[in-house]
Amino acid sequence: MTRDLVLQFLAQGAQMTFVLLIAPLAVGVVRRVKARLMRRQGAPLLQGYYDLAKLLRKESVVAESASWLFRSAPYLIFALTWVAAALVPSFASGLMFNWAADVVALVALLGAARALLALAGMDVGTSFGGIGSSREMMIATLAEPAMMLIVLTLAIAAGTTRLAGVADFFIAEPFAVRVSLALSFIALIIVALAENARIPVDNPVTHLELTMVHEAMVLEYSGRHLALIEAASHLKLVLYLSLLVCLFAPFGMAPANAGIVGWAIGLAAWTAKVLAGAALLGVWEVSIAKMRVFRLPDFVGIAFVFGFLAILLAFLTRGVFA
Amino acid sequence: MPELFASGTALGALAVAALFATLVRGPMLALVYPVTALAAAGLAVVDLRVLLAGSDVAARLPIGLPTIGLHLRLDVVSAFFGVVINGGVLAASVYGMGFDRAKELTPRVEPLFPLFAAAMNMVLIADDAYGFLFSWELMSLASWALVVARHTDPESRRAAHLYLVMAAIGTAALLFAFGGLAGPAGGYAFDTVRAHPPVLLVAALVLAAALVGCGSKGGLIPLHAWLPLAHPAAPSHVSALMSGVMTKVAIYGFVRIAFDLLGPPAWWWALPPIVLGVMTAVLGLLYAVFDRDLKRVLAYSTIENIGVIFVALGLALAFRANGQHEAAAVAMAAALLHALNHSWFKSLLFLGAGAVLHATGRRDLDGLGGLIHRMPRTAAFFLVGALAISALPPLNGFVSEWLLFQAVIAAPALPQAALHFASPAIGAMLALAAALAAACFVRVYGTAFLGRPRSAEAAAAHDVPLAQQIAMGGLALLCILGGLLGGALTMVLSPVLRELAGGALPGAATGPTMFSLVAFDPARSIYDAPIIALFVAIASLTTLVVVHRVSERRTRRGPAWDCGFPDPSAVTQYTASSFAQPLRRVYGAVFFSARETVAMPPPGDTQAARFSVTLVDHVWRTLYAAPGRALLRLSERLNALQFLTIRRYLALMFAALVILLAITAVTT
Repeated sequence: MTRDLVLQFLAQGAQMTFVLLIAPLAVGVVRRVKARLMRRQGAPLLQGYYDLAKLLRKESVVAESASWLFRSAPYLIFALTWVAAALVPSFASGLMFNWAADVVALVALLGAARALLALAGMDVGTSFGGIGSSREMMIATLAEPAMMLIVLTLAIAAGTTRLAGVADFFIAEPFAVRVSLALSFIALIIVALAENARIPVDNPVTHLELTMVHEAMVLEYSGRHLALIEAASHLKLVLYLSLLVCLFAPFGMAPANAGIVGWAIGLAAWTAKVLAGAALLGVWEVSIAKMRVFRLPDFVGIAFVFGFLAILLAFLTRGVFA
Repeated sequence: MPELFASGTALGALAVAALFATLVRGPMLALVYPVTALAAAGLAVVDLRVLLAGSDVAARLPIGLPTIGLHLRLDVVSAFFGVVINGGVLAASVYGMGFDRAKELTPRVEPLFPLFAAAMNMVLIADDAYGFLFSWELMSLASWALVVARHTDPESRRAAHLYLVMAAIGTAALLFAFGGLAGPAGGYAFDTVRAHPPVLLVAALVLAAALVGCGSKGGLIPLHAWLPLAHPAAPSHVSALMSGVMTKVAIYGFVRIAFDLLGPPAWWWALPPIVLGVMTAVLGLLYAVFDRDLKRVLAYSTIENIGVIFVALGLALAFRANGQHEAAAVAMAAALLHALNHSWFKSLLFLGAGAVLHATGRRDLDGLGGLIHRMPRTAAFFLVGALAISALPPLNGFVSEWLLFQAVIAAPALPQAALHFASPAIGAMLALAAALAAACFVRVYGTAFLGRPRSAEAAAAHDVPLAQQIAMGGLALLCILGGLLGGALTMVLSPVLRELAGGALPGAATGPTMFSLVAFDPARSIYDAPIIALFVAIASLTTLVVVHRVSERRTRRGPAWDCGFPDPSAVTQYTASSFAQPLRRVYGAVFFSARETVAMPPPGDTQAARFSVTLVDHVWRTLYAAPGRALLRLSERLNALQFLTIRRYLALMFAALVILLAITAVTT
C-alpha cells in the first residue's frame, strides 16, 4: 500500500517533470518545421532551452509604476499552468492528479492564469499592455463557450468529465468513430489555436505592436519574469497538444497501475505524439495567414457551431446519457 | 424554543437600536453599528445551530391576522438563508464602525440600517402570508429610505422613485401569488397552504407571480432597471447589503414558493426561470462590461449572478420533477452555494468600492487608477473578491460554478426534449457569462487599482480605517476558505438539499480525500480544491526558490518600456472604455446597437478629432420608456376630466349607472 502510494507520487512527479522538460522542445519543433518549410535554416531544436537560460541570466527591469502584482504574477501564472498541464493525463491514466480535478476545473485553472496575465498587462499603465489584455479577454469570451460545448459532448459520450475517464473510454472503444467526436475534434483544435495565441488568431513571432495580443501583454517583462511567462506559454502549448492526443488519440497510454514498463511505453508514445502534433502545427502555421482581430469571432465561431452540431448529433445517435 | 427566544431578543435589539437612533443625534448614532453587529452575530449563531441540528423551531404569536395569528418558523431553509444574510449584515456593520463619527453619520441612514437588517430576518422566519408580506414590504421601504438618504442628489431621487414603483409592482405580484396559494378557502398560514397545493392553472399563475415578485427584487431582466440605479445610490455599506444580501431574500422567496409551498413541481416550471436566468446572466454582464461607474458595474454584475442562481434553481426544478433527486441536489447545491458565495464577494466588492469612494470621492473608473500603491490592503482584498466573482479556482465562486456546470452536463439525461436540447445552449451561455465576468473584473481592477492614477484625487488616496479593513479582510478570508472547503460546505447543506431537492450530494467520504467535492460519484466528476491549491502553492514556491537560485537576481527599476516610446501622461493608458472596445465590437452591435462615430477634421484643420460611442438600452427603451410615455399621454388626455362642469359630471355618473345596470341585466 505504502509502496503503491510512493510509486503513484513518483509517477505524478515524473509527469510534472516530463511536461516541463518537453515544452521548450515542442516549441522548437514548431519553429524548426516552419523555418524549413520557408526554406530557412532555422534555429536549433533546443533553442527554446537556450532562450530560457539566457533570460534567466539577464537582470530584470521592472517599470517604476509596476506594483507587487506585476512581480508576483509570473510565478503564479507559471505554477497554475504547470499544475493544469500536469492534470492532463499524458503517458498514463489513473495518476494521482486524475482524481483531483476534471476538465471543467482544468479550463478554469487556465482561466485563472489568463486573468492574472491580463491584470499584469494592465499593471504598468501603458497602452500596449491594455490592448493585449482587452483583446485576450475578448478572445476568451469567444473560446470558452465553444470549450464548454466540447466538454458537454465528451461527457455525453463517455459519461464523465474526468479526463482520465474519457481517455479510458476511448481506449476501451478505439474504433467507435463518431461524427460528433470528429466535429468536437475540429472545434477543440480551433479553441487550442485561440488559447495558445497561434496563427491565425495571433502571431507569436510578430513585431508589429498593433497586431499583437499575447506579446503586447507581456511587453514590459524582462529577465527571469519573462522567462517564466515564456515557459508558461510553452507549457500551455504542450497542455493542449496532450489534451488533443489524450482525448482523440489515446493509443499507447498506460492504463491505471500499469507499472514501470507500461509507463515507459506510454511515455515514448506520448512524446512522439506531442512532437508530431507540434510538427503539424508548424505546417498549419506556414499555410495560413493571420486574421484581423475583428475577424476572430467568425473563426472561433466555427468552433462554436461545430461544438453545437456535435452535441446535437450526439443526442440523435446516442439518445440519452446514462 | 431557546433558538426562537434568542432570535427574538436579537430582533428586539435591532428594533431598539433603530428607535434609539431616531432619538439621538451626532456621534451617538455610531452605537447602531456595534449593536447591529452583535445582533447579526447572534442571529447567525442561531441559524447555524438550526442548520446543523437539521430540525426546525416554530411558534405562534397572537398578533397579525385576527383569525390565524402570526406564525413563525425557522426551518433549515430559512436558517441557511439566515446565515447568508447575517454574515453580510455583520460585515457591513463592522465596516460601519469605521465611519468618522464627526462627519459620516446622518440620521437619514443610521436608524434605518438596523431596521433593514431586522426586516430581512423577519422575512425568513415568517410562516404565513401576512407576516411574509409585511416583512417584505418593511424591507423594501427601509431600503428605499436608505436609497433616498442623499435626497439632494437628483440621481438618487430618480433611482428611489423607480425603485418604489418596481417594489410596489413586486409586492403586488407576491400578494397575488399568496392569494393563489391560499385558494378560495383562504388558508394564509404556510402549513395550510402546504396541505392543499393549488391546481395546475393556479400553480402556473402563482409561479409567474412569484417570478415577477421575487425577480423584480433580485433583478431578473427585464425587471432589473431599478437595481443599477438604486444599489449604487445608497451609502456603500448599504449597497453591500442591498446587492449582496437583499437579493438573497428574493431568492429565498422564490425557493419558498416554488420548492415548498407549490407542492410537487411539473417539469415545465423549470423553463421560465432557466430562460430568464440565462438571459439575465449574459445581458447583465454585457451591461456591466460597458458601464464606467464602479458601483454600477457591481450592481449589473449582481444581476448576472441572480440570473445564474435562477438557472440553477430552474434546473433543480426540472430534475426534481423528473424524480432525478441526485441531479436536483447538485443543481440546488449550486444555487444555494452561489447565493452564499455571492453574498460574500459582492459585499466585499461593494465595501471595497465604498473604500475607494471614501478615499478618492470618485466612482468613475476612468478617473481612478494606481490605487494598489496607495490603498494596498483594500486593493488586495478587492483582488480576492474580483477573482472570486470571476469564478476562478481555487476561490469560492468557482465551487458553485463547477456544481452548476455539472448540473448542466447532467441535463441531457432529462426526458423532455425541450430541456434536453436546451442544455447545450444553457452550458454555452453560462460559459460565456463566466468569461465575460472575468473580462469585466479584469477591466474594473485593471483600471481602478492598477496602472497610473488618472486624477489628482486618485493620486492622493489613502487606505481606510482599520474596522473597514477588518470587514473586507474577513470577507476575503471567507472567499478563500469557501473555495477550499466547498466539499464540506455541501455536506453542511445536506438537510437543506434533502428538504428542497429530495436528495443530497454523495459526500467527500466517497472521494479520494476528505475535501473532495463530488457531484454524482467520484468516477464521474470530482474537484479537489485543497489538492490543487496545495500543488499550485508548492509549484510557485519551488519556482520562486529555484529561479532565485539559478537566475540573475538583480532587479532594476526603470521607466516603462512601452515599445520604446513611453508617454508620461496618464491619459495615454488604456481606460475602462478602451478596454471594453473589443467586446463592444463583438457583442455591442447585436445587443446594444453600438455605434462608433469618428469626427475627423479635414486635412490642414488643427481641430481635434472626436470619437464617440452610442449604446442603446433596448430593454429600457421598449419596456420602460415607451409604456411610461404612453401612460403619461393617457393621463394627460384624461386630465381633461378634472375640469368639467357639474352638468357633465352628472351626465357621466348617469351614463356609468346605466352601463352598470345594463351589464347586471345581461349577466344575471
